[in-house]
Amino acid sequence: MASVTYDRVSKIFEETTAVDELSLDIGDGEFLVLVGPSGCGKSTALRMLAGLEDISEGEIRIGDRVVNNVAPAERDVAMVFQSYALYPHMSVYDNLAFGLRNQKVPKEEIDRRVRQAAEILDLGQLIKRKPKQLSGGQRQRVALGRAIVREPAAFLMDEPLSNLDAKLRVQTRAEILKLQQRLGTTTVYVTHDQVEAMTMGDRIAVMNAGVLQQIGTPEELYTNPRNVFVAGFIGSPAMNLVPVEAATDGERDVLRQDGFAVEVPEGMISRLRERAPSTLMAGFRPEHLHLSNGEPANQQARIPAVVDVVEYLGDEQLVHLHAGEVNLVAKLDIDEGRVKPEENVHLALPLEKLHLFDRETEESVGVPTPA
Amino acid sequence: MATAAIDRAQPVVIEEGLAPKILRALGRAPVHLVLILIGLFWLIPTTGLFVTSLLTASDQAQGGWWNFFAKPSTWTFENYRRMFDNEGIVDALLRTAQITIGATVLPILVAALAAYALAWIEFPGRDWLFLAVVGLLLVPIQMALIPIFSLYNRFNLFDTIPGLILFHTAFALPFAIFLLRNFFAGIPKDLMEAARIDGASEIRLFFKVVLPLGLPAIASLAIFQVLFVWNDLLIGLVLAQNNQPIAPHLASQLRQFGSNLDVLAPASFFSAVIPLIVFAAFQRYFVQGLLAGSVK
Repeated sequence: MASVTYDRVSKIFEETTAVDELSLDIGDGEFLVLVGPSGCGKSTALRMLAGLEDISEGEIRIGDRVVNNVAPAERDVAMVFQSYALYPHMSVYDNLAFGLRNQKVPKEEIDRRVRQAAEILDLGQLIKRKPKQLSGGQRQRVALGRAIVREPAAFLMDEPLSNLDAKLRVQTRAEILKLQQRLGTTTVYVTHDQVEAMTMGDRIAVMNAGVLQQIGTPEELYTNPRNVFVAGFIGSPAMNLVPVEAATDGERDVLRQDGFAVEVPEGMISRLRERAPSTLMAGFRPEHLHLSNGEPANQQARIPAVVDVVEYLGDEQLVHLHAGEVNLVAKLDIDEGRVKPEENVHLALPLEKLHLFDRETEESVGVPTPA
Repeated sequence: MATAAIDRAQPVVIEEGLAPKILRALGRAPVHLVLILIGLFWLIPTTGLFVTSLLTASDQAQGGWWNFFAKPSTWTFENYRRMFDNEGIVDALLRTAQITIGATVLPILVAALAAYALAWIEFPGRDWLFLAVVGLLLVPIQMALIPIFSLYNRFNLFDTIPGLILFHTAFALPFAIFLLRNFFAGIPKDLMEAARIDGASEIRLFFKVVLPLGLPAIASLAIFQVLFVWNDLLIGLVLAQNNQPIAPHLASQLRQFGSNLDVLAPASFFSAVIPLIVFAAFQRYFVQGLLAGSVK
């Protein structure tokens, strides 16, 4: 077991920069999730750690050892592939034993470790089967088993759940977590699914276009997204992001655009102007909106809107609305009362749940709280 | 999801009655009849050779084999017994077996290693090298016969088994490398990377992963090569004199004795049967290998 460090690591393919000066410190035993849309460089970052891609610039360390020029076999890492990459001509037993045989581990030791892994992963009955005789979930477990018998310094997982159906995915997600907690092995896990990232990671590193956007615990990313990309990527349904101007409209302070207005407590705009431009991006999560009676309230922003569509989800309703030209989504509790299409409503948003970003730099500017 | 669940719960089974089955069989009957006729027509020369090989020399002299086709009482295995007493033919058969084995194993081993490198090891000029190998496919054997003949004379390889093996190997390699490289390149990249992370050296990767997975292609290649080498007349004729393989040996018998059919017929039939056995034994792989890469 060991820590893993990316020190200003870049990967440059002929014309494009796939990974741009990535720096990460992954603690011993930590479960780090690399998440981002496809093509964001997360898989390339993982493959550089595995030794399957050359490192163009920077340094990767496993423990204290710089591994830039170390062959994959010598890095003491095990990888789980999206396609599982099981050896089709070998039985489950041989698949699990292959890595150990390569390391010339004594036969009895191989047998002991393979049987132990098979037991942990509930593969005992399947040990003599070939991969094509296994279901998707079983293959996935063999792929995990192949990683754990090695007892490596780190597990690298490249979208290991993407080929499973939705139900099995949720189940396996929990199994991988349990396994990782039991073994305490440093794990780098790549996924494009923010739900997987949120539920599994000790910390999450969000990447976009080869650049690390933010790294933090799931809670940090959810409550304090550093920029517009992270704000929009983390959370489901996605955060409402609306370009607005900070303005004083007669006596009211508003963030507004094309018939859409967020009415904010008095004095906030002037304080905001002290530290940010007036062209902003307002962000607020659907689940933080509530129905209000239309009266201004302390510490709350108000948004008048018209209901378009209501998706009933049992204990809550997903409400699609528009305010002027702006489309919004709100996730409202059923107890707040059912709303109907074309109904005029006022939405209330606690100020601490409002995010403001500089529209130019897309960086968060924070929200000044009223005195 | 919902529709999938419903489909699974109520599998649609179409029961077929007897009448449609018979109708369908009748519909196909003309095609089958034609195929059987073509097959029988194709077998006539081989059948003729086989029947002739079972006749005594005097019967052979009386007329065509078809006169004896319906008279199994005239058939005898005497010719085969005499053939195995004929040292010239037995030696030629054994020699051909050695050449065939050598000229099949050697090119496949070399080609598999080369194909692995061309498919999976990155080195400068790799693709150009592969193109050059493919280009060699265009060199006709006939063009090389005379230069190789003089080369073999100088290096004492003329009329030797190693000489014939080497020639066959050299001319088998381009196609073998071409076929195997394309087959190996079809092995999923993840699999190779998994094996590398699992600590497999290139040699282990080759023998434990690539070779087992490439078996269908290798088997079909082996069949091609066995058939070609065993049946070869030209190369054996040009590059050997006293130690010729079976095909040129039989051809020379024909010249020496005129129509000594009682010797030639069993030997020809016997030499044709061996590749047939090889083909039948590996036919499953043969078909798989021919389809290699086309239906991935």
